[in-house]
Amino acid sequence: MTALTTPAPLAKRPAGAAARGPRGRAVLYWIATHALAIALSLMFVGPLVFVALTAVMSNDQALTGDLWPRTWNWSNFADVFARSQLLAWLGNTFLYAGLGTAFMLLSSIPVAYAMARFRFRGRRLAFLAVITMMMLPPQVVAVPVYLIWARLDLTGTLWPLILPMLFGDAFSIFLLRQFLVTIPREYTEAARVDGCSDFRTLVKVILPMARPAIAAVGLFQFFYCWNDYYGPLLYAQTNEANWTLSLGLASFRALHSVQWNLTMAATLLVMAPVIIVFFFAQRVFIEGVTLTGVKG
Amino acid sequence: MSIVHAAPPRRWRGEGLKALLWMSPWLVGFAVFFAYPLAATVYFSFHRYDLFTLEFVGLDNYRYLLVDDRAWAAIRNTLWLVVLMVPAQVLFGLGVAWLLTRLKSGAGLFRTVFYLPSLIPVVAGTVSFVFLLNPSGPLNQFIELFGIAAPDWFGDKDWSKPGLTMLAMWGIGNTMMIFLAALLDVPKHLYEAAAIDGAGAWRQFRSITLPTISPVLMFSTVTGVIYALQYFTQAMIASRVAAGVTDSPGSTFVPGYPELSTLTLAQWLFHVGFRDFSMGYACVLALLLFAFSTVFTLILLRRFRAFDEGGDR
Repeated sequence: MTALTTPAPLAKRPAGAAARGPRGRAVLYWIATHALAIALSLMFVGPLVFVALTAVMSNDQALTGDLWPRTWNWSNFADVFARSQLLAWLGNTFLYAGLGTAFMLLSSIPVAYAMARFRFRGRRLAFLAVITMMMLPPQVVAVPVYLIWARLDLTGTLWPLILPMLFGDAFSIFLLRQFLVTIPREYTEAARVDGCSDFRTLVKVILPMARPAIAAVGLFQFFYCWNDYYGPLLYAQTNEANWTLSLGLASFRALHSVQWNLTMAATLLVMAPVIIVFFFAQRVFIEGVTLTGVKG
Repeated sequence: MSIVHAAPPRRWRGEGLKALLWMSPWLVGFAVFFAYPLAATVYFSFHRYDLFTLEFVGLDNYRYLLVDDRAWAAIRNTLWLVVLMVPAQVLFGLGVAWLLTRLKSGAGLFRTVFYLPSLIPVVAGTVSFVFLLNPSGPLNQFIELFGIAAPDWFGDKDWSKPGLTMLAMWGIGNTMMIFLAALLDVPKHLYEAAAIDGAGAWRQFRSITLPTISPVLMFSTVTGVIYALQYFTQAMIASRVAAGVTDSPGSTFVPGYPELSTLTLAQWLFHVGFRDFSMGYACVLALLLFAFSTVFTLILLRRFRAFDEGGDR
């Protein structure tokens, strides 16, 4: 019974567990849990498989609800490129996500550093302000913020989404600060005794140690921008030259009538980079999520 | 898990000025993108403003809220999401994480598989779901195998929100990962001691697991509620793709297809403010959203006091 009720570490059973408990029940339990896991896997991956299969169907077949392509129309992907500004959208998305992430790191790391390392009156208040900003739905302040950018004549571009990143991002500051406070003070004290300036301490001592947190925050920000629909819709909708992938994909079906096969091909093309990056940077993602939720 | 983690100040060495300097970019950001807009939202809410003329109208905008059917539909839908979608998502995430701790082999692979959908761009995921849940789509074919009449998910006002909930449950990756980390952090000796005392699996879960992970449960619920209150992209894309329309300027399309069932507060605010350019009324909706998020956050924080003092329990 112990084997059943003790959460064993992943993929490692306590030695002798099977011998202690009734063996037959342990086997049944193994089968039950794995069958459930496989059923769930189908639920999680199934949609992606159907999207991929529909993406190579002919238009007529895509409307029928058949599951397996009768003909493999690889040209659908070429059609997507021919019929849409996919490459331009990709470029805009890279611009938004890349610059947004770079600006965010540049501005948020020093703030998180100050909050984690300097002792000053009001540091608790400053931190509460960060949490409040993090919790506030962006729509609450949408109207005045939009008016600021309209006055600067920057609506119709992606700059209203990129430039604010120069002033720090609450969620990233929160996450980085939570990580930085776990670095023992002795390291920075030692650097100070050795005559390091604060800036030098940050660059030479803190940054190398905080690399996993910075990577996670950077990756999250990049993907947030990459996936963002609300922001580009608010600011860039009126100017097709500045559309991002999410705006383009959202309009794709309406612009190209009811061609589900092409819509799914476009969807797959938008998903692909994310899936590829995930397989290379899996560890960073998973560490990042863990950092966000629990550690601190 | 301690959110506020202030180390006891051993000595104040007057680092205030330095800290101010280091934090100055964010302080400017706080003023320009948070404090000023929040005050301006209140100011505009008493005005009629269409980007060109600003006219004081007193409480007219607030009075209009009382008779705006679409706002009420949006409020009802948003509350539906908070009350049904968020718990569904949190419980499902917890269940899947719990299953992962029970797997004796392949847990790493399954974890990757369950996590993957949460990374799919929201727009792409939503477009896919509208297609997959179309009346003759794979899910409905599967349902009809059992001789049950399958619903027209995103074409039926009673099924569009359950459809969106399924989409949300597909993307529980982050919630699941947070719960998984928390579950693996529960000290094992507690379970062993409980087992010796004869506690069953459910009893162990209730008396050991649940109290230990409650800060994480709270964190997920609070962030889930905040997210539900700003729910926008999925609902908007689903209604547009299902209705087959685009939002080109000049389009007369009103969001919420079918029959306002997918209209959320965030969407209605967007439409009122940035399609109709009734900025004053949009600010009233924004303040309503602000009130909702404050109330829900306070209720949840009170319910789980652990938020402020961390995992000390």
